[in-house]
Amino acid sequence: MYSQALNNAPAEPAADDPRFQARIDAEDRIEPNDAMPEAYRRTLIRQISQHAHSEIVGMLPEGNWITRAPSLRRKAALLAKVQDEGGHGLYLYAAAETLGVSREELVDQLLSGRAKYSSIFNYPTLSWADIGTIGWLVDGAAIMNQIPLCRCSYGPYARAMIRVCKEESFHQRQGYEIMLTLCRGTEEQKAMAQDALNRWWWPCLMMFGPPDTLSPHSDTSMRWKIKRFTNDSLRQKFVDATVPQGLHLGLTFPDPALRLDETTGHWAFGEIDWDEFRRVLSGDGPCNRERLAARRKAHADGAWVREAAQAWAAKQAAGREAA
Amino acid sequence: MPEPTTTLWEVFIRARNGLSHRHAGSVHAADAEMALQAARDVYTRRGEGLSIWVVPSAAIVASDPSDKDSLFEPTGSKIYRHPTFYEVPEDVGNM
Ligand SMILES: [Fe+2]
Ligand SMILES: [Fe+2]
Repeated sequence: MYSQALNNAPAEPAADDPRFQARIDAEDRIEPNDAMPEAYRRTLIRQISQHAHSEIVGMLPEGNWITRAPSLRRKAALLAKVQDEGGHGLYLYAAAETLGVSREELVDQLLSGRAKYSSIFNYPTLSWADIGTIGWLVDGAAIMNQIPLCRCSYGPYARAMIRVCKEESFHQRQGYEIMLTLCRGTEEQKAMAQDALNRWWWPCLMMFGPPDTLSPHSDTSMRWKIKRFTNDSLRQKFVDATVPQGLHLGLTFPDPALRLDETTGHWAFGEIDWDEFRRVLSGDGPCNRERLAARRKAHADGAWVREAAQAWAAKQAAGREAA
Repeated sequence: MPEPTTTLWEVFIRARNGLSHRHAGSVHAADAEMALQAARDVYTRRGEGLSIWVVPSAAIVASDPSDKDSLFEPTGSKIYRHPTFYEVPEDVGNM
């Protein structure tokens, strides 16, 4: 979206430049060639590229079940969903590139292990019910996070998120439908659904990031309207929306502290294991090594295709020059 | 080390006949034909378009945002370019 070539490096305002903040406060959108503080640019490159990496790595746990989907209908839906996630990654890489970073740099950051991606994708998909749970909960949590990003102050990111959000709703609904089918099925099928919920519930709550008291980037991101809601408020919204859906399935949540607070109308929930979150994020989750190895292999296996495409393009260009 | 950068292309899509092409996003590709294929895969998975243009990003010439005032402000004061500037008696009807 807009060429890096268009970036003609305007004079850069300071991080607390009142004119820049006034534009943000007036809900003006910042576009690629506009002057922006270096810290705003860096924050966005970090956030958008982490988001892109998450979409790409997120294809792996679900891709694991494409060949073993229980019916052609489920297989077609899962294939389309995983393809969408690849598309989301590409929209987001393109949005990050408008800030002056190259695609190759971003891919390199992921493959070398320097870049982060969502902790949730470092958990394994052990049964078919995990595919239902991911669509219902992981995409459900992603939607909660992404809807406010459609109004992000940075134009290309906001536009990419509008596209993404339009596609996400199908993801969540197909997941919930899988859960519904399992929960209306045999005892074993329902037990499978319950087991998947038990394993995924807490990691899904961690998807919203550290609690507000410990969230390092939150304040400036809110001031710059990159972020519109705090981690804790989005997490609460997600719990409030999701618990009734789970109860409708006849499932129980793996949290004895979960209860509806009659006075606030919100579902109160138990303590999240932030040590586990930090462990998984720093590389020590159940599947971190496997995920990165799969991405590295895919990239290495595709090298000859990229080389051939470049060679073909160069040959064609040379031919045109000679003619 | 990152590999050499492939060409970046801007993608424009006509949603249906009767509408103009609109910027949808961008793709990387070594040549125009592959850029068209990539654009089709990335931006039209749900019938979003009937026609695609791809343009090398480097071929686009853009106005400088800091010239915004000198380029666009003068039209702000020319309100006589709008129909509402002119008075037509009500009994004349719509014009
Ligand atoms: Fe996605
Ligand atoms: Fe999704």
